[in-house]
Amino acid sequence: MFVIQYRTIFVSISAVLILGSVIALGVWGLKPAIDFTGGSLIEVSQGDASKEDITAVVEEIITETVALRSTDDGFIIRTKELAPDVVAEVETAITNISESTSVLRVSTIGPSLGDELFTKALIALLLVALGIIIFIAIAFWKVSKPVSSWVYGLVTLGTLAHDVLIPAGVFALLGAFAGLEVDALFVVALLTVLGYSVNDTIVVFDRVRENLKVNRENEKDEPFENVVGRSLTQTYTRSINTSLTTIVVLLALFFFGGSATEDFALVLIIGVAAGAYSSIFFASPLLVMISHLGSKTNADTKKKTQ
Amino acid sequence: MTRGAKQSIHSNTERLDFRAQKRDTLNTMWFTRSLAVFFLIVGGLLGWFIYASQQEGSDLPFRLGLDLAGGSHLVYTADVSDVAQGEVADAMSSLRTVVERRTNIFGVSEPLVQTERSFSGDHRLVVELPGVTDLNEAVRVIGETPVLDFRLQTISEDGEVSYTPTELSGRYVARAQLEFDAGHAGVGSEPVVIIRFDSEGSKLFEQITRDNVGEVLGIFLDGEPISVPVIREAIPGGSATISGNFSLDEAKTLVRDLNFGALPVPISLLSSSAIGPTLGAETLQAGIIAGAIGFLLVVLFMIGWYRVPGLVAVVALLIYGAVVLSLFKVIPVTITAAGIAAFILSVGMAVDANVLIFERMKEELKGGRPLDEAIKEGFRRAWPSIRESNLSSLISATVLFWFGTALIKGFALVFGLGVFVSMLSAITVSRAMLLALAFDWTRSKAKALFGSGLRIH
Repeated sequence: MFVIQYRTIFVSISAVLILGSVIALGVWGLKPAIDFTGGSLIEVSQGDASKEDITAVVEEIITETVALRSTDDGFIIRTKELAPDVVAEVETAITNISESTSVLRVSTIGPSLGDELFTKALIALLLVALGIIIFIAIAFWKVSKPVSSWVYGLVTLGTLAHDVLIPAGVFALLGAFAGLEVDALFVVALLTVLGYSVNDTIVVFDRVRENLKVNRENEKDEPFENVVGRSLTQTYTRSINTSLTTIVVLLALFFFGGSATEDFALVLIIGVAAGAYSSIFFASPLLVMISHLGSKTNADTKKKTQ
Repeated sequence: MTRGAKQSIHSNTERLDFRAQKRDTLNTMWFTRSLAVFFLIVGGLLGWFIYASQQEGSDLPFRLGLDLAGGSHLVYTADVSDVAQGEVADAMSSLRTVVERRTNIFGVSEPLVQTERSFSGDHRLVVELPGVTDLNEAVRVIGETPVLDFRLQTISEDGEVSYTPTELSGRYVARAQLEFDAGHAGVGSEPVVIIRFDSEGSKLFEQITRDNVGEVLGIFLDGEPISVPVIREAIPGGSATISGNFSLDEAKTLVRDLNFGALPVPISLLSSSAIGPTLGAETLQAGIIAGAIGFLLVVLFMIGWYRVPGLVAVVALLIYGAVVLSLFKVIPVTITAAGIAAFILSVGMAVDANVLIFERMKEELKGGRPLDEAIKEGFRRAWPSIRESNLSSLISATVLFWFGTALIKGFALVFGLGVFVSMLSAITVSRAMLLALAFDWTRSKAKALFGSGLRIH
């Protein structure tokens, strides 16, 4: 299997992507939406009025700086937290500009709710990761030769980090250069990626487990990397096909599903693609690399004891 | 000619093998076929149910969230610091009743008022008003209800006047009414507000007045004293008179507010959002279009790649959709934009179990097994993978459900349901239908119909 043969190349690609994402996250960070920081959002359908007219009217009422993000037929104004009567004032002012201008949506979130969401998101991410690791450890409990079951768990953990860090890194980039913000749905998307992308890895590892068992029953002595390579050959069509059907529906959601779930679909597309890559080109090669590491140290200790 | 003849002899022998096998499994065959037909009928009935219950006048239409139907969503935090530990639950439930009553007066079709405990232990009040987009008005209607309480006056040694709250508050008010005082020495008549307490309030009021004869019991509205009468004697019977130099209009408003809900505990607005009906309708329509396109692409892919099994997977997917959508109606699940996204995502993921099975089946076919055995073996061997890969998604869905605000809970519920139902539909519906179709094919036909379209390995 060429993936196992050229494993250093494929694992390096993943390593570079992970490193790039970590750097992007470190340098720019994620741009939090009002879900996390608190504040107010006003989505305007601008009609035939110009953007300048509308912002001028808004800035007359709200003296603080306002941030704008364009939508299909208007834009979203983001400000600090506004009282309901101020929002109403802004709404009236905007609708008075022209017959065709209207306010589509207003939303205000207090800062305490934002803090709470942040804590919850963090705990949820940790809980899902923990749940999955425990689950993998149990699922692969009985497989201990030639690599012990916790190695499968560790590799899966690495794959999880890979699949979550890459979309997060892309969003750090998009936040810095396209003004994309991360909201509660972003966290939901990441958690979904966690649950989903690990599927592919589990299916490959499951096959490794089965092949090892069959070999043991037939008393066949096959090198571990061959077993992994064979398992990959048997499963990669499925990995690619299921990722494809998922990405296809997500693309439909991204292009046709409306602005409410556009960013959400994008996170998932990147995450599922990263997950498909990691299950074939990252997890299994890494598993083989770690098994070599183990056998080398074994050989070393053997030499030493002799 | 010769080549053709050879081939037909070849297939004839194969056909003989198949016949022998067929005789053995004739009974099972009959069973799986009836099962397959049964699933088709169930799917059809569910489809009809979904269609029929969407018609005018049905009491089971899809329940749309505020982001799709348009409306206001408000979250308040309740300050329960003045309420005794054991009575918080009571106070919150009476707060809910009062706000509910208020929103009913507002004329909203299906208001939703809920109390909940936040992550950090705060007591919250969530109000959803479908169709209301004037947030300011909504906030006014809910929030401007007065907080009424009774406080005892204390005068310190240096003459400073202060008030200590008593347990008696607006939550014990059963009814308020407007009356006219006879007036002082015949000088006109003054509007006064008579409050009647409920039984618990009556007892409290009687006790407070008995214990504090000669003291001043201030009646406070929103923290401001509106009347500071002196207690002359213990007052049994549970009614108090507020005479605060009201104008007729002021008195009327106060009576209305007290009747329609003096808030038992003070609340303050944490977050609010209003979505216009146009934006909601656009989002809903976009979601439906995206779902249809996504489904179509999956259908093309599955049939193009897996042929007959692909078609089976598509039928299983249709039945899956019918089951999930029916569950949305029956449970019922409130559908939000995130929920639609979850459903679309689950359509893409639902074929996963089928793909796993088909790939396994293909391997068994290649290994030389007859078709029906290959199908059974494919299912048997794919099952551990299906079970384990779906479990990890269910872990995510469970945590998300716990994590959730209404928006996220909606996503998690749809996602979890989707994963679960798709797993069931793959191991029952797809299996029954594949087995029902697995007969009589010659080996080459079986390979052509049940193999995959491309060979890349």
